[in-house]
Amino acid sequence: MSLSRSDFQVICDWIEPNSRVLDLGCGNGELLQELSKNQGVSGYGIEIDDKNVSQCIKAGVNVIQRDLDLGLSDFDEDSFDFVILSLTLQASNYPHRLLGEMLRVGAEGIVTIPNFGYITSRIQLGLGGRMPVNKTLPLEWYNTTNIHLCTLKDFEELCDKLGIEILERRAVTHNHKAGPGLKLFPNLFGEIALYRFRKKTS
Amino acid sequence: MPETIPQDSIGLVKSSIFHFDQPLALDCGEILDSYELVYETYGELNESRDNAVLVCHALSGTHHLAGYYSMEDRKPGWWESLVGPGKVIDTNHFYVVGVNNLGGCNGSTGPISINPKTNKPYGPDFPIVTVADWVESQNRLTQKLGIKQWAAVIGGSLGGMQVLQWAIDFPDSLRHAIVIAAAPKLTAQNIAFNEVARQAIRTDPAFHEGHYYEHNTIPESGLRIARMLGHLTYMSDDIMAEKFGRALREGSINFDFGIEFQVESYLRHQADSFVGTFDANTYLLMTKALDYFDPAASMGSELSAVLENVSADFFVISFTSDWRFSPQRSHEIVKALHDNDLNVSYAEIESHHGHDAFLLALPQYLDVFGAYMERVASECAK
Repeated sequence: MSLSRSDFQVICDWIEPNSRVLDLGCGNGELLQELSKNQGVSGYGIEIDDKNVSQCIKAGVNVIQRDLDLGLSDFDEDSFDFVILSLTLQASNYPHRLLGEMLRVGAEGIVTIPNFGYITSRIQLGLGGRMPVNKTLPLEWYNTTNIHLCTLKDFEELCDKLGIEILERRAVTHNHKAGPGLKLFPNLFGEIALYRFRKKTS
Repeated sequence: MPETIPQDSIGLVKSSIFHFDQPLALDCGEILDSYELVYETYGELNESRDNAVLVCHALSGTHHLAGYYSMEDRKPGWWESLVGPGKVIDTNHFYVVGVNNLGGCNGSTGPISINPKTNKPYGPDFPIVTVADWVESQNRLTQKLGIKQWAAVIGGSLGGMQVLQWAIDFPDSLRHAIVIAAAPKLTAQNIAFNEVARQAIRTDPAFHEGHYYEHNTIPESGLRIARMLGHLTYMSDDIMAEKFGRALREGSINFDFGIEFQVESYLRHQADSFVGTFDANTYLLMTKALDYFDPAASMGSELSAVLENVSADFFVISFTSDWRFSPQRSHEIVKALHDNDLNVSYAEIESHHGHDAFLLALPQYLDVFGAYMERVASECAK
């Protein structure tokens, strides 16, 4: 099985074999299934959507049906090696709190965010004067679940403010093409950004 | 009466009885020297004997899960919506077992049974049984049926508590534990409802301290009140509003104490049908088993600690409008399971049917539960 989203392969590369993982907003459980099959990873997915929950169960993925905005209070500190939040941060009510929660229950966090600073979005907003609609942000402003959009710069600034140390960053396009422009100007040419991070050691 | 048995029903079924001579030491300190358990089975036990599924019943449930006893039977078994060929608990794949709990009034030894020591019904002298006692007796039945390990043990409400107890007491005897609309122990509010029900029965003049059989009477009014109270805690405010609202039976109020509102009529009907079929002493015992259930009590109420040796995979289900055993209570179970790194999935079903939702064929409930059971089936030998 090939992973259907360009960010999943990067996440798989980052996660060490046999680690314990919590996947927040795990969708149909594809990532967890892949991680458990190929890397001996164990853990749980959290998902709110009924259809996704059913699919996780069909796939044999441990899924807990819950609203992420209610927090992770049922999980104790340092329960996981990795906590993943893939293309969900921008849809949560309190992204800053969620990041804090991720590093309370896990040693490292991995997030994937759509980059609002992507060149197409900038052109659509800056020149077209309209809210961006593209492959990574396919919905209109009024029906999108993405309520907290940010650019790479914004995200990194928030991490700094929250005492979060970024260990790795990868900017990709929606079809996972990397080019020299991406490396030099990730905030301009990256459609999706992935971060691996942990608490700053003081 | 079904004129024809529906296609998706298991059809005509019958019960069997096992007699046990091996004494059973109960939690309360008393010993049952001998006892009988009545049970039903549907489907075929495969050659590997690994496709058996046990369904534990709730307060007023029985071993009669599905099917009809005869063509004159008015109603099928209590979980007909989920148990049968092609259904969620698919009798084409599984050997499904239902058993009436000790202390019951549907065939297993209980207060209405004859006490061999006195040759009279046990009545109030039937010892108080606990969830752990039931599970111990069910385990003995498991051995008699030649089942080495349950593919799954399943139960809703008080049945779900038995599932939890199974996973704790006999960790190697089940591969999957499915706990539906349950709680790890009762709250003070839960116990209070049970106590009101018990008081209604025990203060009924016809109760005669539980010896009503000898007086050829039953504490009808007490049992009716107990059932009405219980029943309304199984429903949500929303579903009662939807079903009855303030609808009047005769269209106008009569300024008297007869049945005026439809909801009154409904509750009385529920009470009527219950009184004819259920024993008051059994009702008292079942509520006590509920109150006492607290498997973590010996571990300072740390559910996580008592689940340390559990090895079954769990599927926990709750219903949003269930206020008797709310989703929060299921979260407690789920947390204790993932504290132990156990495999657990949890589904919270959107429903306005209250606690009773676990009995109903709700689409999302059928979907997730069916998906899980498919997984259980895929692990059984063909």
